[in-house]
Amino acid sequence: MEEVVYLDNSATTRVAPEVIDAMVKMMEKDYGNPSSLHRMGITVEKKINKAREQIAKILGVKPKEIIFTSGGTEANNLAIRGVVYQYNKRGRHLITTRIEHPSVLNTFQRLEEEGFEVTYLPVDREGFISIEELKSAITPETILVSIMHVNNEIGTIQPIQKMGEVIKEINPRTIFHVDAVQSFGKLSLNPIQMKVDLLTISGHKIHGPKGIGALYCNEKINLKPLVEGGGQEWNIRSGTENVPGIIGLGLASQLIVKEREANVERLKDLKGWFLKELKKLIPDVKINGPESVEDIKEGKSAPYIINLSFPGLKGEVLLHALEDFNIYVSTGSACHSRKSAPSHVLQAIGLNQRELESAIRISLSFHTQKEELEYLLEHLPDLVVELRNLMQR
Amino acid sequence: MYTDILIRYGEIGLKGKNRKTFEKILVRNIKECLRDLGQFNVERTYGRIYLRQVDGLIDQIVERLARVPGIVSLSPVVKTGLDMEEIKEMALRVLEDALPDGGTFKVETKRANKNFPLISPEINRQVSAHLLINFSKELKVDVHNPDTVVFVEVRSEHVYLYSKVIDGPGGLPVGSSGRGLLLLSGGIDSPVAGWLGMKRGVIIDALHFYSFPFTSERSKEKVIELAKVLARYSGKMRLFIGYFTNIQKAIGLKCPERLHITIMRRMMFRMATEIAHRYNAKVLFTGESIGQVASQTLESMEVINAVTNIPVLRPLITMDKTEIMDLARKIGTYEISIQPYEDCCTVFVPDAPATRPRLKDAEAAEKDLMIDQLIKEAIERSTVLIITPDGVEAEYSLAEEQGVML
Repeated sequence: MEEVVYLDNSATTRVAPEVIDAMVKMMEKDYGNPSSLHRMGITVEKKINKAREQIAKILGVKPKEIIFTSGGTEANNLAIRGVVYQYNKRGRHLITTRIEHPSVLNTFQRLEEEGFEVTYLPVDREGFISIEELKSAITPETILVSIMHVNNEIGTIQPIQKMGEVIKEINPRTIFHVDAVQSFGKLSLNPIQMKVDLLTISGHKIHGPKGIGALYCNEKINLKPLVEGGGQEWNIRSGTENVPGIIGLGLASQLIVKEREANVERLKDLKGWFLKELKKLIPDVKINGPESVEDIKEGKSAPYIINLSFPGLKGEVLLHALEDFNIYVSTGSACHSRKSAPSHVLQAIGLNQRELESAIRISLSFHTQKEELEYLLEHLPDLVVELRNLMQR
Repeated sequence: MYTDILIRYGEIGLKGKNRKTFEKILVRNIKECLRDLGQFNVERTYGRIYLRQVDGLIDQIVERLARVPGIVSLSPVVKTGLDMEEIKEMALRVLEDALPDGGTFKVETKRANKNFPLISPEINRQVSAHLLINFSKELKVDVHNPDTVVFVEVRSEHVYLYSKVIDGPGGLPVGSSGRGLLLLSGGIDSPVAGWLGMKRGVIIDALHFYSFPFTSERSKEKVIELAKVLARYSGKMRLFIGYFTNIQKAIGLKCPERLHITIMRRMMFRMATEIAHRYNAKVLFTGESIGQVASQTLESMEVINAVTNIPVLRPLITMDKTEIMDLARKIGTYEISIQPYEDCCTVFVPDAPATRPRLKDAEAAEKDLMIDQLIKEAIERSTVLIITPDGVEAEYSLAEEQGVML
């Protein structure tokens, strides 16, 4: 196979050709500033609003509830800080989980330094948060709960709607933020129904460009802006709009939801088949996250994220060995010169040292074909055996 | 204020005839190390080197030149005409720069230009008087132990004034002592060892062992970054990327685990010796320091060194880690070295490496290795990069490249 087998789609995705064309056109032809008073500005403004409508429609919300940002990280920062600085008179208690993306976790750690009290909910061995623990963590002082929808490393899908109901039942004034970077466009999302007030999405995880994301913000909520300036995006996020990025994100969101259900069903089967074959070939493989066929079918585990450990070798070495076959995956931990910094997510679900250092993540897209996973299965078992012999640990 | 930089290179251990060669090499190295800052006019006169018209870049240039082997010291200088009033005025500004809060000083004049109407003591007197009258802060003359000295050099066409003297590394200009091959790992130590070799005038070629997939592409990029920094001191350098994967695999499969590191190092030395012979390097340089890791005990060194017959120089051998780190910071490699990418010295560290291997055990452990064949194949699959401070200038495979001389 001469082609690239790209299985790192949770890190980033290939930009769709239609998206590239649309973005290039914007840069060549519609290069006006949407804030300009003349026709060239108005043309661009209209296109931005169309992209806003496209995204709003997918989420079943109002266009004016969509704020464009530089990406998922900024949207998470804006959601959390924007709420906390605006509503800290109501209380100083916040809730999140131990398996969030660093853009959420590090923001909360900074807020702890600023005197806020943060509860970090633990997860079970499959990465699920207990609804009971969430219930007992909410107090009258709780102003914000931030929980991710799909975990980027192990694919666990939290029961967001149940959580939203529980939160609003105990404290209707508690604001609920969901990081949906890994689920937007792939799983159905309805913030209103899910009782979610703020929701983060990102362009480059859905075959759109990098450097663009958006935050859904319920119109009843006021956010303290992080960026001051010319007052774009209703004064919540100033700065001349990233026009090509916004157009790219709008179009990418249209393209990805087109055949969504069919694609999800296909990937569920594909993931189930892959794990079954893998266990035959490598009996002692450990699957991290929800692993049963039922979990995949019932929507407890994302059909496009697979996290595996091969105790006895190093994930990074396996990653590089796969590279030689043009197969691209990612690891569960970043290697350091004398020690590895294991993933906080894998630690939270209770992996031991050998499982931590040998983890790799395979992440699919709606374009992933069975042949590609077959090609992976052709090489993976041999490599695992060979590397284990060499590493002898 | 300062217009030029005066560079002193002492008597670089200079023997009559060689002096010119040394000076030429040093001037070339100075230009090379400032290349990205611009083209400077460099003049050699009376056993000194002047860098002209450096206004505005003084601090950057001084910081760089202070690390160039062969330079003993430098001073930013002010140039004036042969006119006492102008000299006094500039002397005042030099002193204000050197003693912003006041203190003690003296003036010291050298009159190389014997046609200048005043003799040195007279110039000292007149300049000192002017400074004492016009200096805004507390000021006293102290001829024995002054806080600062204002130097006045009267030359045929100009007068130079300065007070600051910044030490350089001394040593010999790179290129005046032959060629050595440095084993460059990507850690903190080996770049420092290479720089110390350069400090004694040695042209350093570097060899990095690359062991994909056990080490990543990024570890190679890191070593290229280190080589770019080292190339600042010599202008250009060769960086061999030694293909080590199959040797690593063979060791992993055929040798007892506790001796992996010992045998890996022996293979590295064998390969380095072969490359050194091909490229006319007379010695190997390593960043070893006694007892730092398992392979750097005296017992390990004896067993590892036994495979080669060319001198292995270890400039850091008696230094502590903290001393090495200070040097690394000084030469600008530290920040790059601490990036967390594994090299083949760290991926394969067994749980209990032998710290006191015995030669006969190592030899016995190697009996199943096809040593010559492995080395030959590894060299054929290696590449050489030509590195300048700006990046990679060229790349060859070792099989096709036959000693492109630098």
